[in-house]
Amino acid sequence: MLEEVSVIDQGDMIINIGPQHPSTHGVLQLVVTLNGETIKKVEPHLGYIHRSIEKMCESLSYRQFIYVTSRMDYLSSHINNHGCALCVEKGLQIELPERAKVIRVLMDELTRIASHELWWGAMAMDLGAFTPFFLAFRERETITDIMEDTCGARLTMNYIVPGGVMADLHPDFQRKVKAFIKLFREKADQYNELVTGNIIFQSRMKNVGILSKEDAISYGCTGPTARGSGVNCDIRKLYPYEIYDKLKFDEILETGCDSFSRYLVRVKEMYQSISIIEQLIDNIPEGDFQAKTKAVLKLPKGEFYTRVETARGELGVYIVSEGGTTPYRIKFRSPGFSNLSALNHMAKGGKIGDLVAMMGTLDLVIPDIDR
Amino acid sequence: MTNEELKIKLTELLSSATFEEGTDPIAIGWVNLFIAPAEWKPFAQQLRSTEGLDFDFLFCVTCIDWKTHLTMVYHLTSTKHRHTIVVKSKLDRTKPEIETVCDIWRTAEFHEREQAEMFGVNFLNHPDLRKLILTDDFEGFPLRKDFEDPINMIKL
Amino acid sequence: MWSLGNITQSVDAWLNEAFSPAIALLIEFVIVGTMAISLFAILGLVLVMMERKVSAYMQIRLGPNRVGPKGMFQTFADTIKLLLKEGLTPTGSDKFLFNLAPVIAIISAMLLLAPIAFAKDFQMWDLNIGVLYVSAISSVAVISILMAGWSSNNKYSLLGAMRSGAQIVSYELSAGLSILAIVVLVGSLKMSDIVASQETGWWLFKGHIPALIAFVTFIIAATAETNRAPFDLAEAESELTAGFHTEYSGMRFALFFLAEYVNIFIVCAIGATLFLGGWMPFHIGQLEAFNHVMDFIPSSLWFFGKTFFLIFVIMWFRWTFPRLRIDQLLNLEWKYLLPISMFNLLLATAIAIMGWHF
Repeated sequence: MLEEVSVIDQGDMIINIGPQHPSTHGVLQLVVTLNGETIKKVEPHLGYIHRSIEKMCESLSYRQFIYVTSRMDYLSSHINNHGCALCVEKGLQIELPERAKVIRVLMDELTRIASHELWWGAMAMDLGAFTPFFLAFRERETITDIMEDTCGARLTMNYIVPGGVMADLHPDFQRKVKAFIKLFREKADQYNELVTGNIIFQSRMKNVGILSKEDAISYGCTGPTARGSGVNCDIRKLYPYEIYDKLKFDEILETGCDSFSRYLVRVKEMYQSISIIEQLIDNIPEGDFQAKTKAVLKLPKGEFYTRVETARGELGVYIVSEGGTTPYRIKFRSPGFSNLSALNHMAKGGKIGDLVAMMGTLDLVIPDIDR
Repeated sequence: MTNEELKIKLTELLSSATFEEGTDPIAIGWVNLFIAPAEWKPFAQQLRSTEGLDFDFLFCVTCIDWKTHLTMVYHLTSTKHRHTIVVKSKLDRTKPEIETVCDIWRTAEFHEREQAEMFGVNFLNHPDLRKLILTDDFEGFPLRKDFEDPINMIKL
Repeated sequence: MWSLGNITQSVDAWLNEAFSPAIALLIEFVIVGTMAISLFAILGLVLVMMERKVSAYMQIRLGPNRVGPKGMFQTFADTIKLLLKEGLTPTGSDKFLFNLAPVIAIISAMLLLAPIAFAKDFQMWDLNIGVLYVSAISSVAVISILMAGWSSNNKYSLLGAMRSGAQIVSYELSAGLSILAIVVLVGSLKMSDIVASQETGWWLFKGHIPALIAFVTFIIAATAETNRAPFDLAEAESELTAGFHTEYSGMRFALFFLAEYVNIFIVCAIGATLFLGGWMPFHIGQLEAFNHVMDFIPSSLWFFGKTFFLIFVIMWFRWTFPRLRIDQLLNLEWKYLLPISMFNLLLATAIAIMGWHF
């Protein structure tokens, strides 16, 4: 089942892509074995941004460690915080006020859109089209502005804390989000026309980076990467947390198994997120935004595991507690790490241009992979 | 399959497995079972292929350092039946060895490499057990409890 | 009437009066050479500025706007920066070829200026095989790219150069065939004849379908030959960082950069000459009054207007389309463009023989 490790013949070329390369989106190093333009093997080398967050968390209290997790998957830092907060709440059996739940879901979905917008721009740039990057950033900017009003930060929000959220919503929140929905609906269709319908774009993505359903499961792929191969894996649907079971939205599944279906999944997910926001924005219940919690949190002895759906896939937070104020061991099951492991399988036999397109559709965020 | 049914089925497969009962508030309600490291590989094969179990999705591989021993934790789920189990195995801390499962679940290849360099677990028959995240000349196993690094580690 | 042609004639007459013919010719050479080099510099500055502004407006941003009025002097500042930068030669590179490559790129671009008719009676060298000369010299440019890629001792450069070699050699064919379609209609390879034949209308309109097809093929092939997106595989910054000029810095990089932009200008100028009438004003058949009004616009303006319109189109491509993959690029040429342009040449020949064109 395992592929041969040594495939290097005479005449093959080994080329280092990264860690400083325009399309690795960070500091990922790929050692690629090429025969001409054809890829024989891709070997990722990680660790350029490894900060050992798991070790750091072991010496931080349950209130403190959440801030570190924002720095993992910085594009969906909200959802990282959410997963950790959920895990702590599960241990302490805190019941959240309705308002906090709705705010969390709203923020999650806004983050998801922001992350997918950035991915969309970067994806187009990987394929050599520059303009979509700027277009995508305009919409993303609106979301970061909304975030800044409420959370005080634009990228690493640290807004979700155990027991609810840090602060109440900004008075302008609803107005601005509604304006954003209007703007998004207007622009997204134009962008689809510009990029999704483009024949060069389609021919670059179709039948490239094939990842069959079985392989996707075996490689532990989650999120849009796996859903592009037809695997049901949306945690929001399968293991609903917060109020996702009461919301109407579809799990996007594409069965093309190629780069283009992964692309479509992400684009369509943006529309689903918008519809979730539309359902909630007028129905934010009144009440507290935080449950009453003790000043010092102490998790009981035991093991706690929560899974949330980030923009890149399933984030698992596994806390082993010995009853103290700090976790005994904490493990983050990051989606990018597993998704990346499928790259070698997908890239084999493709061209260098395909490799870039595949990395684009995997939506790699390196701090998320290295942790 | 419910947890009770799973337990019966799993005991049939491996009689020596012991279940961890609800001494802690594991609200998720997953079946936790302990096995000996030597039994892991054939048992994993059975978990993957037995009709009705079909654990095809290994979503988390973790190692925990308990100072006296190491524990490998495998979280397995089935995309077909949607049941989840947690398999744990105690390893000797001085010579931690366990069979690799990366030919059963290919995602294990990366996860095992990560745990190997962080905890020093030797995954037998792993095709490529080089360091993945740390530098090649890194000494020690950073996630073990007794790891000390006076320069880079910040104690709070 | 004031025109560039009159000025050159009076200068020529004055020089021949004042000096012996041999010295007058020498002085003319020097003048022409200086003008070619200064045109190079001006084109570099103007086109880089144009590209940055065009892309900025397409990408909802402002572009350079700090240096000088509306940022117009930004390219001057960039040029000075490039001139002052240290030109690094990587160890392990073939130093002679590494330094020679940008020079060849710039020389081949410069040679191409010779047969272009910039205005009425304003042409450096109206040789009788003008179009053939252009096709021949423009293929020399690939040598400089291959040389640069090979001598840099860098794998990215090598891959870029190989891609570029395959690409330019292939697209040369359909560029040549689409030019031939017009040559068949005109019956001459001489640039001045081609322009003169369009007095009653541009070939794009006169030549029916073959000319249209040839025009589209030519624009695609020209974009590919100048290594511009969506055919910029030789650079492909998201794949090969910077392709064949990864290792170049300072002025040697600037020479490649300049050569690229001058090449764009030249292919667009040739496109304008062949399909849009060169310096010939826009004439409609027998409408005397309209044609007279058009004649009042100086011929040099017509020429530069058409050329810059084509340059704008090529820039528009670049900021709209994603890049093709290498196999798709070659498929497009060998499976589609080449058969189409061969068939098109037959069609053009038939039309020329039957005299069906206007």
